[in-house]
Amino acid sequence: MNAKRADRLATIIFYAIAGFIVLLLAGLFGYILVNGVSHISWKFITSPPQSFRAGGGIGPQLFNSFYLLILTMIISVPLALGAGIYMSEYAKKNIFTDILRTVIEVLSSLPSIVVGLFGFLFFVIYMGWGFSILTGALVLTIFNLPLMVRVVETSLQGVPDAQREAGLALGISKWETIKKILLPAAIPGIVTGIILASGRVFGEAAALIYTAGMSTPILDISNWNPFSPTSPLNPMRPAETLAVHIWKINSEGLMPDVKEVSSGTSALLVLLILVFNISARWIGKFIYKRMTAS
Amino acid sequence: MKGESILELKDIKMTEKQWNSSTKIWTEQRGRMITLTSVSIMIIIAVSILYFVASKGFSTFTVNKASIIDFFTGMQWKPSTLDDLGRPIVGALPLIFGSFAVTLLAAIICAPLAIGAAVFMTEISPKFGKKILQPVIELLVGIPSVVYGFVGLSVVVPFLRENIGGSGFGIAAGTIVLTIMILPTITSLSVDAIEAVPMQIREASLALGATRWQTIYRVILKTSLPGLLTAIVFGMARAFGEALAVQMVIGNSTVIPSSLVEPASTLTSILTMGMGYTVMGKAENNALWSLALVLLLMSLIFIIIIRILGRRRVY
Repeated sequence: MNAKRADRLATIIFYAIAGFIVLLLAGLFGYILVNGVSHISWKFITSPPQSFRAGGGIGPQLFNSFYLLILTMIISVPLALGAGIYMSEYAKKNIFTDILRTVIEVLSSLPSIVVGLFGFLFFVIYMGWGFSILTGALVLTIFNLPLMVRVVETSLQGVPDAQREAGLALGISKWETIKKILLPAAIPGIVTGIILASGRVFGEAAALIYTAGMSTPILDISNWNPFSPTSPLNPMRPAETLAVHIWKINSEGLMPDVKEVSSGTSALLVLLILVFNISARWIGKFIYKRMTAS
Repeated sequence: MKGESILELKDIKMTEKQWNSSTKIWTEQRGRMITLTSVSIMIIIAVSILYFVASKGFSTFTVNKASIIDFFTGMQWKPSTLDDLGRPIVGALPLIFGSFAVTLLAAIICAPLAIGAAVFMTEISPKFGKKILQPVIELLVGIPSVVYGFVGLSVVVPFLRENIGGSGFGIAAGTIVLTIMILPTITSLSVDAIEAVPMQIREASLALGATRWQTIYRVILKTSLPGLLTAIVFGMARAFGEALAVQMVIGNSTVIPSSLVEPASTLTSILTMGMGYTVMGKAENNALWSLALVLLLMSLIFIIIIRILGRRRVY
């Protein structure tokens, strides 16, 4: 009977652990959302921040976050596709492939602050670009690339071998098989992975504080010339993102409503990442349905 | 007749060859080149990160002549002042101690919780686990670390200050924030490790009359142990490299604290704080790069540990 009692006790403990974690997570989400959502208003998400007075918004930061995300994805998606295709289709079992896998592993395990400092040293100082969106996007690409390569590789690996053989049997080359048959079949997985990676990029701060910078110049929204310094689209201007903004105002903010602004921004970030996660599942399923017979 | 047909055959062969070389082989070559360029870029990035951080990090010892032994054992972190021999005072032990303290404590608290949750999700109540626990945990992975830092700053630090004493900032606050941060990572990797244990082994154990707990404890946890350890090391690697969330709650005082609620610091927190206030090439800036180098080397060590554990995985 002792074993039975131990079993019962263990079951209770496992339930307690699960319950504790659910409570913890619910508490965390609840705290962020309950405290933050009330501060989110149209004025909050469109107006510029204030340095000394209360009532500042996060308009430029919100724009910067999205702009940086889009630039990062424009750079990293083609690279990740290329590298992912290589790892899945071309890589042979040899030392070079082993080295490659190690390199990807090293890149993916680097602390983001180290990646950020490398970007600071190389792009900001050595190349002389200063704190800029382009620097930020390149650093986020380095930070993002290993994950994306893995996404592309696993999605391609998920395509049945029969489709590869069918392509080759039709007499088309390997590259054409990859382009015309394998990539379309792997698209749902790749898109889901890209959106999930976007969420990660969107919330990253440590890699950005010394690359995209912690300030935003005064922007003229009507100026769409990307070469003008006051244009929001200029990739060579410094840009503070939402996540960096939270960190900055908590460590050196002078406005009286630091806590309110941080709560609002945190809630907005969490909500946006929630949107990313849900849309990743939804869009992946949608594309899969559109592209396959099932 | 004979000659003609040979000529024809030759003609066809030639055109086929030409056709091949102009389109098929060339597209194939181009595809191979594109993908090979992409992977080469990754190798170049990795090598240049290692090179730049290492060359900067070593300059504290080569240019500024600080001693490596002092760096790892010294208790004083004042890289802007020089000692009697004209070397910057770079005793990084308090920072290294802080980093290891928060990482190890977070792993010790987190591991039982995460593995317990993983067992619950796979063995005890897969339905509830898959439907509710898993999506929530996946979502938690995506929460930005600054948000964890902010919640730590506005909930954990005041809570510790009022209930335990001290300033609230310190290793305890850092540990709590990191525990919650790495919980989803360790849990989802543990789930993978436990799910990899073949069903037959479970069934064999249950058929021998073992209770569920005996099966979990003696069979499942034991066979998935390398995988579970890998999960914990992954979590520790994440905790060790985390910068902003820890920096916000640890207090950033470069001494070894006398208690868990006294301000301390980690490698990442001093690195984040200092980089903006130092001038490139100066001793105090080089000292920060040495910290970055330690971080980089530690992440390599974590990879090596994961590799060794991976070799021991049976399933």
